[in-house]
Amino acid sequence: MTLKNVYDVVVIGSGPGGLAAAVAAKKEGAQDVLIIERDVELGGILLQCIHNGFGLETFKEDLPGPTYAERFIKEAQAIGVEVLLDTMVLDITPQRKIYAASKRNGFIEIESRSIVLAMGCRERTRPQIRIPGSRPAGVYSAGTAQRWVNVEGYMPGNRVVILGSGDIGMIMARRLTFEGAKVERVLEVMDYLTGLTRNYVQCLLDFDIPLQLRHTVKRVIGNTHVEAIEAVQVDAKWNVVPGSEEVIPCDTLLLSVGLIPENELSRKAGVILDPITGGPVVDDNFQTNVHGIFAAGNVVHVYDLVDWVTEAGYEAGKCAAAHAIEVRRKEHHLIPLIAGDNVRYIVPHMLDKRNLEGNEIRLQMRVSKPVEQPVWLEVHDKNNLITRRAERYVRPGEMVTVVLKPDHFAEVSKADSLTIDMVLR
Amino acid sequence: MKEIQKLICISCPKGCTLEVTVDGDTVVKVSGETCKKGVDYAEKEISDPRRMIATTVRVKNGFHPLVPVYSLQPVPKPLIQNVLKELRKVELTAPVKQGSVVLENVLGTGANIIASRDMPAK
Repeated sequence: MTLKNVYDVVVIGSGPGGLAAAVAAKKEGAQDVLIIERDVELGGILLQCIHNGFGLETFKEDLPGPTYAERFIKEAQAIGVEVLLDTMVLDITPQRKIYAASKRNGFIEIESRSIVLAMGCRERTRPQIRIPGSRPAGVYSAGTAQRWVNVEGYMPGNRVVILGSGDIGMIMARRLTFEGAKVERVLEVMDYLTGLTRNYVQCLLDFDIPLQLRHTVKRVIGNTHVEAIEAVQVDAKWNVVPGSEEVIPCDTLLLSVGLIPENELSRKAGVILDPITGGPVVDDNFQTNVHGIFAAGNVVHVYDLVDWVTEAGYEAGKCAAAHAIEVRRKEHHLIPLIAGDNVRYIVPHMLDKRNLEGNEIRLQMRVSKPVEQPVWLEVHDKNNLITRRAERYVRPGEMVTVVLKPDHFAEVSKADSLTIDMVLR
Repeated sequence: MKEIQKLICISCPKGCTLEVTVDGDTVVKVSGETCKKGVDYAEKEISDPRRMIATTVRVKNGFHPLVPVYSLQPVPKPLIQNVLKELRKVELTAPVKQGSVVLENVLGTGANIIASRDMPAK
């Protein structure tokens, strides 16, 4: 694939939001649509979500994550969405310049008429919830463990405690049980389940995995590797209930304690974030405060169902395409005014040709050197003279005005640029 | 002897709480459901509980060392561990096509286990 310098729509990320945005943008008439993905294949986190439950809204089918992703991947490929894999976006500017890097292409600079941010979210980590105790190996986020078990073929351990009753945590409890591990406990600091009730039934109840609400990890025990954790009950204000401590021997602690939209790039592009969601503030077109930069999916707020991410992606992609088409149309109609012989500058610098239809446009300029004899100021498109104005003399201190009239529209509409030269009469 | 059991429907993410009146293995009455799936689920859950299975099998020469698979039809709950045992014996060779059958009618359950995605060769 040859990389272009300018795209109609560039989508950052190829999870469900990004894939839907790219497909929708292409279908809505965007010419060149590019997905930039940092992983080595398209699909995002759906690829490690091998459990079913995806697509009930979108396809009226109960699909596993990889199958759901594959439908969009195949559609994107079929309609000619371009893809850059294994490529990290480093920076985005408010002028929609994208800087990226990859082993294959080195440093990449791309301009885009519209951008869709679809970077998804990241898991909250141990330092972010400040679990006391030693710092041994064996404490992982649930999503990391999910990738190891489902994609890379590693087990994080054999005796597992899970902190947090989010969906990924519960799904990993079942998954690790399937692979022969013993899940000792799921601890939840709130007094309610934070994931879906159906996952409590089919992931915990089905396998007799105990869930303890209002419980958390008081400390991690072990020097080089986790040997146990100390669980403890908490009250409504999350204060430890003395005497409720229990040491649970285990070799792995998984954290399923929330997701945070990933918005480092959005910040660099000048996108305003909502402190509550952690994602961009968007309008009903999913456009951010930066003109032409859209955002969709978990990068905006953390969703419960992938189907809604897809829906948001479609909408953002559609609006990104409409924006790009409008920008392209404007670029097409917008031509530069070039200062030629003895013309120092012209204002305006550019001209939207459509405005000449029915309107006069005044071009104002100054000459570089005085000429004390009759001259023409000629407006032409290459060799084709469009109009000219006679002056008895020209001086840098005195501005010259040339008026383009609706009569000139037919000729100007064919021009790629207009040049103004001073010539002697 | 009639008794009332509480079940949580797992047919969709809504997770409705169902009150199921059963007489032995027969469902007499279901309440609390918000769609027809709830009634079907309750009847099935009382007489023959089944679950979808999603796991991975090894793949030789694949882009990844594993390929995710799932049961196209739900399998009886008591047989889950046995089905997983069968799948542990399987080793595919890349390339694998999404939807290709990995185990047909696994353990006579009527369920086919199929590949969840394409797995290109290395």
